[in-house]
Amino acid sequence: MLEGDPCTILENEFVKPGKGQAFNRVKFRNLKNGRVWERTFKSGESLEGADVVDIDMEYLYTDGEFWHFMRTDGSYEQVAAAESAVADCKDWLKEQDVYQVTLWNDDPIAVTPPNFVELEVTDTDPGLKGDTANGGTKPATLSTGATIKGVPLFINIGDILKVDTRTGEYVSRAKG
Amino acid sequence: MNLAERLRLRAQALEAIRGFFAARDVVEVQTPVLAPATVTDPDVESIAVPGYGFLQTSPEYQMKRLLSAGAPSIYQLGPVFRHEERGRLHNPEFTMLEWYRLGFDDQQLMQEVAELVALVLGPDAVQTVTYQQLVGDVSGRGDVQRSELDLRFAEACEKLQPGRFFVVDYPADQAALARLRPDNPSVAARFELVIDGIEIANGYWELLDPTEHERRFAADRARRKALGRTDVEPDQPFLTALRRGLPNCAGVALGVDRLLMLAQNADRLDEVLQRPET
Repeated sequence: MLEGDPCTILENEFVKPGKGQAFNRVKFRNLKNGRVWERTFKSGESLEGADVVDIDMEYLYTDGEFWHFMRTDGSYEQVAAAESAVADCKDWLKEQDVYQVTLWNDDPIAVTPPNFVELEVTDTDPGLKGDTANGGTKPATLSTGATIKGVPLFINIGDILKVDTRTGEYVSRAKG
Repeated sequence: MNLAERLRLRAQALEAIRGFFAARDVVEVQTPVLAPATVTDPDVESIAVPGYGFLQTSPEYQMKRLLSAGAPSIYQLGPVFRHEERGRLHNPEFTMLEWYRLGFDDQQLMQEVAELVALVLGPDAVQTVTYQQLVGDVSGRGDVQRSELDLRFAEACEKLQPGRFFVVDYPADQAALARLRPDNPSVAARFELVIDGIEIANGYWELLDPTEHERRFAADRARRKALGRTDVEPDQPFLTALRRGLPNCAGVALGVDRLLMLAQNADRLDEVLQRPET
């Protein structure tokens, strides 16, 4: 816990002059807003631990204000995530898929999609006959409303695409 | 640099260092690494070996005992140990090169340190910077905590431009075991060598007065208590040696692993330690 927010430690450098006190220069990421910053602590200083857990949850639906997720452990327990928690992930949310939800004191503060998701194309320019793996690319709109670039010309509306959520890029046409 | 190259580089450097001292008639010694007593320095924690004493954090006391008993100028290359020091530039066990020159003052020893470093890293000029230039104005620093000064100092060293720097004129209360400068007792005859922002060596025109040693040990213990650290009894055989008399000399301790790190352009101490990566 730092300044009231839960943080994760990205780097921790030990700094010590030979004849002087030891310090730890720590790089943090604020789990609520993603901000990264550095602070130096005297060795022996302590911080309050944050009650933060990552658990897998199934995405159910959104009512426009909250995004609802359900535990996959058979308890059917649900949590409602505010927009701030799903902001980075909204483009990749598909009902019934499983996401990693970060809970702080049982409140969802962040939702992380899997590295790859499969989503249906809802809009794109018509596929060109005879075009296969080679050739140009075009943008496509997916069922979540996200638009991705770099989609091959042979892709049609209704196709399922595999997308890398870290880069937002087309990977391949999913089988089936 | 692969493992074979790294091993060869270290072996060659150690050979060159031994040749350097042989040519100057400085005698290699090997004092105990495990001894019943240890240092009182509040910022250095020793590793205790139950039933035996402590792994030595530097061979300083052991070597000074030899000097008080009539040893000539001596040097030592070997492992030293510091509790809980681990990081990019720290490892709980590291290799120290420590040497003492009879009749030298800090200026003469600094000259020799520069020559030894040039032997391993190649020749380059060494600039001099004072503690005050690094840390800023520390007059009227009653309200500046020692830990604040230590942090400012560590960060100022990191931010020094690439190259070799001697830091001199440490404030009297950071003299460690250096004597105070006879012409200006507000600063200590202590120096450190910083290369590319990394602390490489720390040396003194040695304090001789046994009473002043006892006073500094008592001050260390008071600071240990204030910081909530465990108490350390002063090293009695060392105090006995001081009362017998230490000859006029200057001494310096140099981190060999860090010097090799610079020699092989490594970024982390891990890259020069003598262990395979897997």
